[in-house]
Amino acid sequence: MTTEKMHFEYPVEGGNFSAAGFPSSQVKKTLKQLNVDGNVIKRTVVALYEAEVNIVAHAFKGVIAVDIDTEKIHIRLTDEGPGIPDIKKAMEIGYSTATPEVREMGFGAGMGLSNMKTNADSLVITSEVGKGTIVEIINYFHK
Amino acid sequence: MKILDIVDLIKGTVVSGSDNLEKTVDMAFASDLMSDVLTVKTDNLLLLTGLVNIQAIRTAEMADISCVVFVRNKKVTEEMIRIARENKITIIQSPYSMFKVSGILFSAGIKPVF
Ligand SMILES: Nc1ncnc2c1ncn2[C@@H]1O[C@H](COP(=O)(O)OP(=O)(O)OP(=O)(O)O)[C@@H](O)[C@H]1O
Ligand SMILES: [Mg+2]
Repeated sequence: MTTEKMHFEYPVEGGNFSAAGFPSSQVKKTLKQLNVDGNVIKRTVVALYEAEVNIVAHAFKGVIAVDIDTEKIHIRLTDEGPGIPDIKKAMEIGYSTATPEVREMGFGAGMGLSNMKTNADSLVITSEVGKGTIVEIINYFHK
Repeated sequence: MKILDIVDLIKGTVVSGSDNLEKTVDMAFASDLMSDVLTVKTDNLLLLTGLVNIQAIRTAEMADISCVVFVRNKKVTEEMIRIARENKITIIQSPYSMFKVSGILFSAGIKPVF
């Protein structure tokens, strides 16, 4: 494993489902190169991909900032969008405001946020209605 | 069960990963809801879906799913094939419905996740 700190940033475009998944794919490749445990990689990219799709599905645009050091990966997704009025409610399985277009793409089951919680060692969501949402995911490479 | 034998049983066409047909899968999950698929912890899973788009392949990539079966012969795009190849994911198209493919694979001994 490298001793260097790595930093990556990826833009995310709201509504663009064909591009969704590219950042998560890049992060997966990087973690593989660093020989991170396969289970940690899967947990990380599943949480990241769900968060990324949430920006595509529910917000206008966003940025994913990824920081990797020897012990952890820290991901911060910042979006400009409608925000989440009631985060506790949004975390409930089955709660979704997804549009028919989003459902047609295979999303909108209301399962993403709770699955992110399952797959992240730390998940912090802050949101301001009418402004946007910040999702922070931290996963540790060794437990 | 070998992917080769699965292809045979469901009258499948392999559109990506024809060099992986000797590999085996033992468990399958059928869904059109990608967030539901992403909750499955089993690796080396076969995903059976009627959702034919890039996100189905991206979901397979993130969830370490090695084989995706698209039912009802829906059209697979070049971009989907490119991403599948990059990640060594086998894509099979079947003319059968989700119900029929599920029944065939279940009878043949492929195990459900839940
Ligand atoms: N970045 C975001 N901006 C605005 N609203 C959001 C954002 N992320 C989630 N939400 C709100 O929280 C709800 C629940 O999110 P969650 O990811 O659990 O489900 P979903 O995206 O609707 O469906 P699924 O993730 O199962 O495909 C969303 O329907 C939406 O109302
Ligand atoms: Mg979601």
